[in-house]
Amino acid sequence: MTFKPDLNWSDVTPQSAFLNRRQIIATAGAALLAGPALAKSQYSTNDAPNTFEEITNYNNYYEFGTDKADPAANAGGFKTVPWSVTVDGLVDKPGTYDLGDLLAGLTSEERVYRFRCVEAWSMIIPWQGVQLSSLIQKLGPQPGAKFVAFETVVRPEEMIGQQRNILEWPYREGLRMDEAMNPLTLLATGLYGKDLPNQNGAPIRLVTPWKYGFKSIKAIVRISFTDKMPQTTWNMMAAREYGFYANVNPQVDHPRWSQASERRIGAGLFAGRQDTLMFNGYGDQVAGLYSGMDLAANY
Amino acid sequence: MLDQINSSLRRVPTWIVYLLGVLPAAWVIFSGLSAIDPVRAIEWGLGLWAVRQLIAALLITPQRRVGLNHQRFRRQLGLVAFAYVVLHFTAWLTIDMGLRWSQILPDLYKRWYIVIGMSALLLLIPLAVTSNNWSIRRLGPKNWNRLHKLTYLATALGMVHFLMVGKVYTFEVLTYAAILGVLLGIRVWRNGPQSLMPV
Repeated sequence: MTFKPDLNWSDVTPQSAFLNRRQIIATAGAALLAGPALAKSQYSTNDAPNTFEEITNYNNYYEFGTDKADPAANAGGFKTVPWSVTVDGLVDKPGTYDLGDLLAGLTSEERVYRFRCVEAWSMIIPWQGVQLSSLIQKLGPQPGAKFVAFETVVRPEEMIGQQRNILEWPYREGLRMDEAMNPLTLLATGLYGKDLPNQNGAPIRLVTPWKYGFKSIKAIVRISFTDKMPQTTWNMMAAREYGFYANVNPQVDHPRWSQASERRIGAGLFAGRQDTLMFNGYGDQVAGLYSGMDLAANY
Repeated sequence: MLDQINSSLRRVPTWIVYLLGVLPAAWVIFSGLSAIDPVRAIEWGLGLWAVRQLIAALLITPQRRVGLNHQRFRRQLGLVAFAYVVLHFTAWLTIDMGLRWSQILPDLYKRWYIVIGMSALLLLIPLAVTSNNWSIRRLGPKNWNRLHKLTYLATALGMVHFLMVGKVYTFEVLTYAAILGVLLGIRVWRNGPQSLMPV
């Protein structure tokens, strides 16, 4: 008689629960990082996430090459330890912080977000990270600070794509202060319960799920508080095609292609397209930020 | 040496080009199916091979100047290139756009890179249709030659489409543009600019 197991794969402890258990043990001593990380965030989508393989092998990260497979192939030697972030501008606590110090005391949580690339493909990604608002509060912005600007590290010896001026390095991005303070805005340090892989922007990247992916700057080394709208890389490259706001908007096309629909990565060869949602489906949280603004002019 | 190559090439049947022409498509589709984004891999791969084969067809005549004669294979090469252009367009319509006609039809006139790519495809149709001996007899060699000079315009438009489709000009796409520039430049240099036009 052959052995017939009465257990299914569904009986296996889910990876997230298993990782959470380890996290509880690991953080039991550290009183500050406690329970809330385990609860499902109200901001998370219920859609099934893309696989780890998909998320880590299909990346636009021109610092490591322009092909979507390049970052996974070329980011292996990128060193993320130690990592320091310079905070400057109109802020009470400027300085150069070790990443651990910068995030100390902030609560990390999981956020399963839709991710919509300006190239009209999308994914679902289970990030871990801290709300940018919590860091901003800790750093103490001054009343004159209207924008937050970010820069990616410049290390051409480790980032092969930076050896050519395909974009103007360093990669730059920015948010209006109210966008930066929105609870959706995340500084991600992990995905799928693991440290953020290099090709996804390790050790720390921005995630603004209602904006096109290029706003979500990777490998951040500078956070500046300014009173002027900062320059942003893709806008500098082609202002007509990439605006400062870059909100996902099915009604405002990219000059060269439609933004009305998107292809979900992992859906298969014949899955076709799905409608793109206004603000990538996050209108309840962010539409108010833009009330009264002409979104066709402020694309 | 060149004579040897030429005489052995003469013994190669031209249908070999069709047989070899299937291989890149088979590879693009086979490897594309296991890519993270099979749609993009297949659509992009077919377009890339269309450009490569259009350029290859333009490589034949200049090689004759240095004594290498592949002229016999030019028709087959051109038809294979056309097949790749059609497959690339079909991939866009079906697996990429998912036959969303409400989006496809405006794209056909609103998006410059699509208008340009479509123009290249349309220009190649009369060339494909007349790529046979009967058509050469029917049109007469002179008219047939004039008509087939559309190859240059169609290939150049295809190249512009390729340049426009990316977010940045990559080394790869600029390399193809440079090769095409040289191939068209040789003809202008030797025969004047009118040699590229169907006049």
